[in-house]
Amino acid sequence: MSAAQPPVNHPEIRRLVPVLAPGHTYESVTEKISGVVLTRPLGLGWLAGFALAFSLLMMLTVAVAWLIAKGVGIWGINIPIGWGFAIVNFVWWIGIGHAGTLISAILFLLNQKWRTSINRFAEAMTLFAVACAGLFPLIHTGRPWMAYYMFPYPSTMGIWPQFRSPLIWDVFAVSTYGTVSLLFWFVGLIPDLATLRDRAPHQWQRMIFGALAMGWRGSARHWHRYQSAYMLLAGLATPLVLSVHTVVSFDFSVAIVPGWHTTIFPPYFVAGAIYSGFAMVLTIAIPLRAAYGLQDFITMRHLENMAKVMLATGLIVAYGYFFEWFLAGYSGNKFDMFLVQQRFHGPYSPYYFALILCNILTPQLLWIQKVRRNIPALFVMSLIINTGMWLERFVIVVISLTRDFMPSAWGRYSATVWDYATFVGTLGLFTTLLFLFARALPAIAMAEMRELVAHQTEEHE
Amino acid sequence: MEQRAQLYGVMGEFETAHQLLHAAEQVRDAGYKHMDAYAPFPVEGLSEALGLGRNLVPLVTLLGGLGGGLGGFGFEYWVNIVSYPMNIAGRPLNSWPAFIPVTFELTVLGAALSAVFGMIALNGLPRPHHPVFNVHRFLRASSDKFFICIEATDPKFNLAETARFLHGLNAQHVTEVQDE
Repeated sequence: MSAAQPPVNHPEIRRLVPVLAPGHTYESVTEKISGVVLTRPLGLGWLAGFALAFSLLMMLTVAVAWLIAKGVGIWGINIPIGWGFAIVNFVWWIGIGHAGTLISAILFLLNQKWRTSINRFAEAMTLFAVACAGLFPLIHTGRPWMAYYMFPYPSTMGIWPQFRSPLIWDVFAVSTYGTVSLLFWFVGLIPDLATLRDRAPHQWQRMIFGALAMGWRGSARHWHRYQSAYMLLAGLATPLVLSVHTVVSFDFSVAIVPGWHTTIFPPYFVAGAIYSGFAMVLTIAIPLRAAYGLQDFITMRHLENMAKVMLATGLIVAYGYFFEWFLAGYSGNKFDMFLVQQRFHGPYSPYYFALILCNILTPQLLWIQKVRRNIPALFVMSLIINTGMWLERFVIVVISLTRDFMPSAWGRYSATVWDYATFVGTLGLFTTLLFLFARALPAIAMAEMRELVAHQTEEHE
Repeated sequence: MEQRAQLYGVMGEFETAHQLLHAAEQVRDAGYKHMDAYAPFPVEGLSEALGLGRNLVPLVTLLGGLGGGLGGFGFEYWVNIVSYPMNIAGRPLNSWPAFIPVTFELTVLGAALSAVFGMIALNGLPRPHHPVFNVHRFLRASSDKFFICIEATDPKFNLAETARFLHGLNAQHVTEVQDE
């Protein structure tokens, strides 16, 4: 080493926490991650958590069954508030999914190595969140068995969907998003499924993982095409993820309802989606790394980076809120100005103030490094932001619908026990799927972790 | 002759990605054509070392995307203008900007489906049985070991010589691969 080079290992130079704790080999990384799936016995903690999640899922099935039997009248919706919890929850869930795609696609294209250990379960989170989200538009139609009317199929009635309608755009955006997320996730899983096939102790495991791995053998020719396909998928998923929440925001902004009809909606919705999604990734990552001892792979660097992304997207969201006030005043439109006034002083103002507290004020603590590196604080913060983002959608949907143009058309909305049962039930569906995922498939991408090990050993050589 | 028909190739095992890369270059420079390398993760530069050219996945993806986009727009046009036109307050029927969101989604969908299924098909998967799986140590190709297999179909292939050649490249275990 020449004298001109800086002393990189000098203790006084503050270095970044590594994305992978030192001392790991290909085998140790593979063993640690595949062991969770293949050899680790079911613990009491997993069983208790799964039982709780599964009972909430059962509550969801009861709530949905009752809804199908009785109709949407069991919910708190009425005229003029035709969109209640169902749409609030739909937007909330689909937004949560966005962080998974952001981590797996955009951070991949930007060559951010820290995405490696969180992308797999973030993508799983995306899929499960999209599953929860997709349920709501389906059941809020009132006659979910007629939902196929939304798809263009040659019907004997001779009618076709209206492709100029944002609601049809939504069908295509969400179903494309679900499909592409599934493909992306599966492609990432193929090499890991092969690893599980080769390491599984039982015949039945070898058969299942072997069938799913499709005979992947790690050939250089295969990797060559695989990398092209993965890169292309990342490139395709990036505009897709931006388009999905944009289309969701069109559901609102194409309408002329006060508070909805603004051009700030698409970027503000996308930022909010990423904001809540990163909060959810933290909510999952913090218990996951503790439960399965994955602190070497999901390091403080990951948690801190995610906190920084939350801070940045939170500021964009705050800018969106500010612009809602500004545009209402600047437009001189009395209905828009009245709506802002109603947010502060109307019957739902506690929701609005809680939203400001959760989404704008509390996250400012993330400017402090001590908070970003305090795991319990981050966990609580992620829950607060998730609550705040749910409140945001509640404020958008409910306040605007209860206060539109004619005082004679004003109304009030309050959710019923079935609304809450359905919402909490989807939390159960989401958590049940996550619990199953954590034990059935590798929660961290093993092949990519081995790549990280290779880079680390090269640096040392 | 009988035994020759059963022989798939000769396989050598390597400890690190760096050794594999080095060995792949040597194999290529020695004039072998029918060979493949196996690694537990994509090794940077391995495709070049093996002399692999461009692959068809990007082209397939482009075609899939074009098909999805053009097909999507064409279908929307046919549905809302030809098959089931609706005159809403005398607005022009071909309101194409309103068709763009679905066109975009279908472009992405077409491209993504062809990227994934194109990659799987071009790789010849699903193929659960392959001669390389007959080598017991090959189980570790998906965990931590690296392999090169020179196939018996190669014009330069000679069991003894090729095996010696792989030994010379510091391969740890050189084994015959039988095609059962």
